[in-house]
Amino acid sequence: MNDPTAAPALRATAVEQRFKGTTALQDCTFDLPAGRIAALVGPNGAGKSTLLHLAAGLLRPTGGEVRVFGSEPGTPPALGRTAFVSQDRPLFPQFTVADTLAAGRRLNRTWDQAEAERIVRAGNIPLTARIGTLSGGRRTRVALALALAKRADLLLLDEPLADLDPLVRHEITGLLMAEAAERGTTVVISSHVLPELEDVCDHVLLVQDGRIRLAGDTDDLREAHTRLTGRADPSTPDGLPTAADRGAVVHAATTGRQLTAVIRNAPGTRRPAGFDGTADTPWITATPSLEQLLLAHLRAPAAAHRTEAAA
Amino acid sequence: MIEFQVDRHSGVATYLQLVNQVKQALRLGVLEPGDRLPTARAVVEATAINPNTVLKAYRELEREGLVEPRPGRGTFVTRSLSRPESAADSPLRADLVAWMRRARDAGLDRDEITALVEAARAEAESDPAAPARKDNTT
Repeated sequence: MNDPTAAPALRATAVEQRFKGTTALQDCTFDLPAGRIAALVGPNGAGKSTLLHLAAGLLRPTGGEVRVFGSEPGTPPALGRTAFVSQDRPLFPQFTVADTLAAGRRLNRTWDQAEAERIVRAGNIPLTARIGTLSGGRRTRVALALALAKRADLLLLDEPLADLDPLVRHEITGLLMAEAAERGTTVVISSHVLPELEDVCDHVLLVQDGRIRLAGDTDDLREAHTRLTGRADPSTPDGLPTAADRGAVVHAATTGRQLTAVIRNAPGTRRPAGFDGTADTPWITATPSLEQLLLAHLRAPAAAHRTEAAA
Repeated sequence: MIEFQVDRHSGVATYLQLVNQVKQALRLGVLEPGDRLPTARAVVEATAINPNTVLKAYRELEREGLVEPRPGRGTFVTRSLSRPESAADSPLRADLVAWMRRARDAGLDRDEITALVEAARAEAESDPAAPARKDNTT
């Protein structure tokens, strides 16, 4: 849908962001190819919003560089191709929906008024309604109408689905997916609730403690790992077989005699090294779901205290 | 036209759910050769899934020779999976409906009926007297 030779929709190279003594992001390096629908996930306070503000050009990194389709965020070429919906949906409460769309038309070089009105009408929102009187779901819809009418190539959405009831969430997600299907728009959606994005995203950016823990195509990432279940080895303190490559273990835990682990596959194979199993102690192996994979990586710091988990 | 239903908790990959639903519609005659599948846009707007999932399902159906994309016009059904033997007015189907009613009247519940059908199928398939489909061995 997009020119494959084009620059990535979003590229971060060794990005660092410090705020008065605290480090919000460090050592962030990743590429997001154009046309992807990326889930930007991680715990609250991990640095998701900071990353989106950097991509939108609302912050300038204290180190490294961010590029949007090859341009510096905040410069006219990048601004024209980016739309950002922040968590607080900054719309003027006294404005009517029509006023809000009119402001969008004046403030943006490209503007599709018909599209904006279509999105608003599809949510049964009267153009004469004041923003302040709208429910959270309707305000989100108006904010998205503004972002989509801009016809941006990169949509940056900070927690767009938070506080929406399941029906509205489904509707809004459908609206975004339709836009992506039609125009090949690159979409970055942040959330701390992964399951709501599992069927939506084809790319994932996992942020934890200001660092990118995982970045890539969801299927590629899943298939580069194996989820193992079996009998814990009683002769090792961590329950893992002696031959297992512990550097490849993302997360392992034992409960009684059972060991459950998510492990990186050996390069070029679909299996982790050192987990061949025997007839007596077979391993049940499966490709982890995206949620299992992300949880394993989020729990990974605890792997340093593996003896505790094995006790 | 077909309307897709996605079950997030079925354990079946989403694209396969779409593939299976198209095949089911082809078997039931809900979709016929020449019919157009809904556009990726229409599917994702209704189901809120990733557009690539729809394209992957359509590619799989194309690989199986059931549909073909016509550039700029959409994806069209090329082959039917419905067989006259399973049509609504076929004798085989009428027999089965009558049998289902008898099973229900005899007090069997849904799971018991399914188990009985599976058992009968296994019995028929293992019957050496049954005309095997692979008749090229002799």
